[in-house]
Amino acid sequence: MSKFLKFSGLLVAASLTFPAVSAQADTFGLGRPALPEEIAAWDLDVSPDGTGLPVGSGDALDGEEIFANKCAACHGDFAEGIGNWPKLAGGADTLDRDDPLKTVGSYWPHLSTAYDYIKRSMPYGDAGTLTDDEVYAIVAYILYSNDLIEDDFVLSDKTFFEVEMPNADGFIFDDRATTEYAQWSGEPCMENCKTDVKVTMRATVLDVTPQEEDASEVIEEASEVLASDVPVEVPVEAAFDADLAAEGEKVFRKCKACHQIGDGAKNRVGPLLTGIMGAPAGAVEGFKYSKPLMAAAEGGLIWTEEEMAAFLANPKGYMKGTKMSFAGLKKEDEQKAIIEYLKSFGE
Amino acid sequence: MSDNETTNGPSRRAFLRGAAAAGAGALSVGAAKAQTPDPLITELQPWAQGFGDGVDTTPYGLPIEYEGDVIRRNVEWLTADTISSINFTPIHALEGTITPQGCAFERHHSGAIDLKKEDYRLMINGLVDTPLVFSYGDLERFPRENHVYFCECAANTGMEWAGAQLNGAQFTHGMIHNMEYTGVPLRTLLEEAGLNAAGDLKDKWVFVEGADASSNGRSIPMEKALDDVLVAFKANGEALRKEHGYPVRLVVPGWEGNMWVKWIRRIEVMDGPVESREETSKYTDTLANGISRKWTWAMDAKSVVTSPSPQAPITHGTGPLVITGLAWSGRGAITRVDVSKDGGMSWETARLAKPGEKMALTRFYLDTEWDGSEMMLQSRAMDETGYIQPTKTQLREVRGLNSIYHNNCIQTWLVRANGEAENVEVS
Repeated sequence: MSKFLKFSGLLVAASLTFPAVSAQADTFGLGRPALPEEIAAWDLDVSPDGTGLPVGSGDALDGEEIFANKCAACHGDFAEGIGNWPKLAGGADTLDRDDPLKTVGSYWPHLSTAYDYIKRSMPYGDAGTLTDDEVYAIVAYILYSNDLIEDDFVLSDKTFFEVEMPNADGFIFDDRATTEYAQWSGEPCMENCKTDVKVTMRATVLDVTPQEEDASEVIEEASEVLASDVPVEVPVEAAFDADLAAEGEKVFRKCKACHQIGDGAKNRVGPLLTGIMGAPAGAVEGFKYSKPLMAAAEGGLIWTEEEMAAFLANPKGYMKGTKMSFAGLKKEDEQKAIIEYLKSFGE
Repeated sequence: MSDNETTNGPSRRAFLRGAAAAGAGALSVGAAKAQTPDPLITELQPWAQGFGDGVDTTPYGLPIEYEGDVIRRNVEWLTADTISSINFTPIHALEGTITPQGCAFERHHSGAIDLKKEDYRLMINGLVDTPLVFSYGDLERFPRENHVYFCECAANTGMEWAGAQLNGAQFTHGMIHNMEYTGVPLRTLLEEAGLNAAGDLKDKWVFVEGADASSNGRSIPMEKALDDVLVAFKANGEALRKEHGYPVRLVVPGWEGNMWVKWIRRIEVMDGPVESREETSKYTDTLANGISRKWTWAMDAKSVVTSPSPQAPITHGTGPLVITGLAWSGRGAITRVDVSKDGGMSWETARLAKPGEKMALTRFYLDTEWDGSEMMLQSRAMDETGYIQPTKTQLREVRGLNSIYHNNCIQTWLVRANGEAENVEVS
């Protein structure tokens, strides 16, 4: 809090007027009192001083398993991050380098932030479902991945502040008023401001600007790829149920973090799924499948409704070693809905 | 005319197609001297003879198909997926200052959610006399205000720190929109819950969060909360769009867009900041020495020429040319904008379409004659605090290259003799 007091002193020193609130402001009598249960359901934030931390505990060993099931699809088995997804570990001593790697370990000043964020906003696409103990365990695993705790350290509301965050002192308050504003003011130069101007860099050299392409072209390309891969003996599927597919679209939110489907879909953490139903396994161009999946593909696996349902029900049980670190869809009606949705993106 | 012909070369770049096609066609020809009678005038045209659409053809209208290229665009490589991502306002193709909602940039952390008014609840809790829950209907019964404010993502122009990267004003400066908001001052709602319980307000904060899965929580000092923050439910006269937080969002004038929490569901009065992910691991500015600034909320004065620009080349040849752009400051009103055609060697003061308004976009014009020679176009904004928009070199001297956020440097477009423009960095 001492840091904060210093800051509020600055505000006052800068003579920003503080609006007065009258002691007995008129009220309108609108709204209704919030019930304790309602506040408890929504007020989950955790402050740096530990305010808001629930009773609970977890260690890195528990965390590793939960992380593998619920986090690793994007953040990697070792919290190293996959593709463009956030890296949560590593980056120590990189903050003053050209490309600093900002992770929970290298950058985050408060451990409370990790608990607060994971509890309220993670896992991506399935937020608010973790128990307090699971959150402690995941935070412990992230700390362990950053070499900040030993594997036998039990993180809890009691031990929370035994953990030292390496970059805790790495922040200063906005100092633009002193470092920038004074020197970038006054009367600007209008004539002969420089003797010479040369172009030193051009965006076209990098060529990273998105180019417009016709959506229809993309679709054609995608369907060409699929067409060439689909064997002649495409299994005949049952009639299409649009309502069920609409249900499936909602369920598909759980998959969206890793899979794209439809117009312009591309491979991400998982392969694009356009045309997947009835297609041979392991056939999406440009996607690097796991070895077991490629073996199954060579064995002639076709994504029939039956096979897909079995895979979705228990990915790791169906195919040991699959890259798909998704816990699975236990409910049969969800499996059916999603399969119907996948079918709606056929040829 | 010969000048016209040589400078009308169609662009190779696909995204210029619309503009180039318009330039090469009838629009630019015949302006000076018509050799033959224009059939568009001399012949009876179908639209002048028959009927157009009746009313009710489109109960809620979209722009005509010929404006189909004036759309938000995404830079795919920036983010892992489109659910937690950002796209860009087509500022190169817009005029005036108000951004139509349908093409105003979007930034989601967990996707744009579908939240009905009847399912909407706003809770005020923490250090208040009576924690309250408001329905959407309740909000419409408080006295409301109308204000025009810009909303700029702190990362706008963030890809340009290390050098010229993206070729188009939409991509370099399009994480911004400017709308007229209708809403209730946050102050009114806090007073409704009662702030006596908070004691001395000087060191108090509000923590605000959204109803979406990301919740995107941010801490705002009480001083700002009581000053001009708005709990808004309309924009540009109509309901907020889903992608901008329907039915209710927070408006935090002049401060970085991440604090403008969408689908706002909870406001907690606290005695300190939460230091959430969005205000520690993100939206903090790392300096060259590895130390990072935090709580850099205000968006400093900034401007950009929107036309001509890479996506809006000159297609009409030499002669009268309107150079136009946008200027804004999160610390007050824009007072002046200067434009340079020679990369900052000399400057001319531009005309403001109307006097600058606090924390709102200001449109500027330089009505000029183009002789067809190459230009290095820049604009430089000044605000009422006396602040002058810095060059990228000046920014780098203080902050280094790793700040990501709050890049408000002077932008340079190299306009070639053929009218095409390119994003460049100059000495």
